[in-house]
Amino acid sequence: MSEVEVKGVRKVYDNGLEALRDVNLSFPKGQLSTLLGPSGCGKTTLLKIIAGLLPKSGGEVRVQGRPVDGPGPERAFVFQDFALLPWAHVLRNVAFGLELRGVPRPEREEVARKFIAEVGLKGFEHRYPNQLSGGMRQRVGLARALTVDAEIILMDEPFSSVDEQTRRKFQEDLLDLLRHHQKTVIFVTHSIEEAAYLSDQIALLSPRPGTVSKLVRPEVDRSKSPDEIRRDRGYLDTVDEIWAILRKYV
Amino acid sequence: MRMLLSLMVWFVLWEIVGQAKLSTIVPPFSAVIEAAIELLPSDKFRSAAIISLRSFGIGMGLALAVGIPLGVAMARVKSIGRILGMWVNIFVSAPISALVPILMVVVGIGETTVVVTVFLFAVFVITLDTQVGITHADRSLVEMARSFGARRHQLYTKVLLLSALPEILAGVRLGAIRGVKGVVIGQLLVAIIGVGELFEIYSNNFLMEEFWALVVVVFLFAFAVSEAIAALERRIEYYAASR
Repeated sequence: MSEVEVKGVRKVYDNGLEALRDVNLSFPKGQLSTLLGPSGCGKTTLLKIIAGLLPKSGGEVRVQGRPVDGPGPERAFVFQDFALLPWAHVLRNVAFGLELRGVPRPEREEVARKFIAEVGLKGFEHRYPNQLSGGMRQRVGLARALTVDAEIILMDEPFSSVDEQTRRKFQEDLLDLLRHHQKTVIFVTHSIEEAAYLSDQIALLSPRPGTVSKLVRPEVDRSKSPDEIRRDRGYLDTVDEIWAILRKYV
Repeated sequence: MRMLLSLMVWFVLWEIVGQAKLSTIVPPFSAVIEAAIELLPSDKFRSAAIISLRSFGIGMGLALAVGIPLGVAMARVKSIGRILGMWVNIFVSAPISALVPILMVVVGIGETTVVVTVFLFAVFVITLDTQVGITHADRSLVEMARSFGARRHQLYTKVLLLSALPEILAGVRLGAIRGVKGVVIGQLLVAIIGVGELFEIYSNNFLMEEFWALVVVVFLFAFAVSEAIAALERRIEYYAASR
């Protein structure tokens, strides 16, 4: 059963630039799907259309069977640049989604504390974003998305401003967390390895105008340890297969 | 500390020039301080100060109440920004003092004129800085708030205004300094109320010690207001720097 359905979506910007043409995709419930492609292929545009943050020029986006045109409580977004309130400490940032919904303070802070601990930031509740490293800031962004208890998590290149070592650890934690919470995840990245490592399904987008050129389902045994996965036959084959397609666009 | 030292140097210099009796309009600094000590507790000064503070308070209050919402509107609504942008920019640099005589004709010679003068001195820079602050507010914060379902008023109160706070406070500080000028210039031109009246009396009667004492008092007031707002700015600096 698909949680998010994208049918014939088109996006033309005001300056006449056609960013997306006839995009058809379905995102299965409880799985992690990746939008992968070179820069300028419209993958972030597509994600923001699914999030309801950008208007589309044509087509339809269905979330849990209902057509959507704006943001909704069943979807939560994790931003590339973290988008944390610089004047608020971690606890308030993580609880911000609930604050906007009018949840009373003790209640929302209790939920927030739980997820702060889950993303590994226990003890940092009263730090401000500029006192945290990039990796920690993105953990705050992830905790904020989890706190609102959305079934669908949309992630826009969440690891691109995070250094390499932190990224690996973060990817592993992310897989654990998402599997544990049974979320449907749509993930934008330009890293082939990241896509192959994380995804149940990878949609390859071709640039200008962006359209789905291929759908890849990596055959990776997820029960293995992270290090074994990175040496897994299926993982390595997937990386090669994707590179063979993407090299045409770069 | 360094500022105090610099002030000391100037005061010593002032004292020397004053004692040398080079000019009748420069009395020794010690005489000015004596005059100030005599002036401050006097009824005359107290009533002048009350009138002046009231004009300043009301004028600044109006400038904030109009300037901030106007700046927000100009930043958020393109057509308003286009229509008013040019005028605000003209008035922010225009010599408002030239308009005070016209104001006297329109609203009469009295406190109202001074209030309006303070308002006009302060409002435009507040508007302009608010507009800049809101325009440059982090777009991704706005997007974030929308994605988490922020309603319109929440977007303003929980994101936009806080995001623009450093610029707004800078505008308020500049506006307040201009507002002090507005009080003095307005009252000088009206010439029958408040501190302006005292200035008139002192300068017409060559009471230079009192005149300079009043100058120092007004200067200190403007300085105190500006420093108080600057202290507020420093408190929020940590997040202005991290944007």
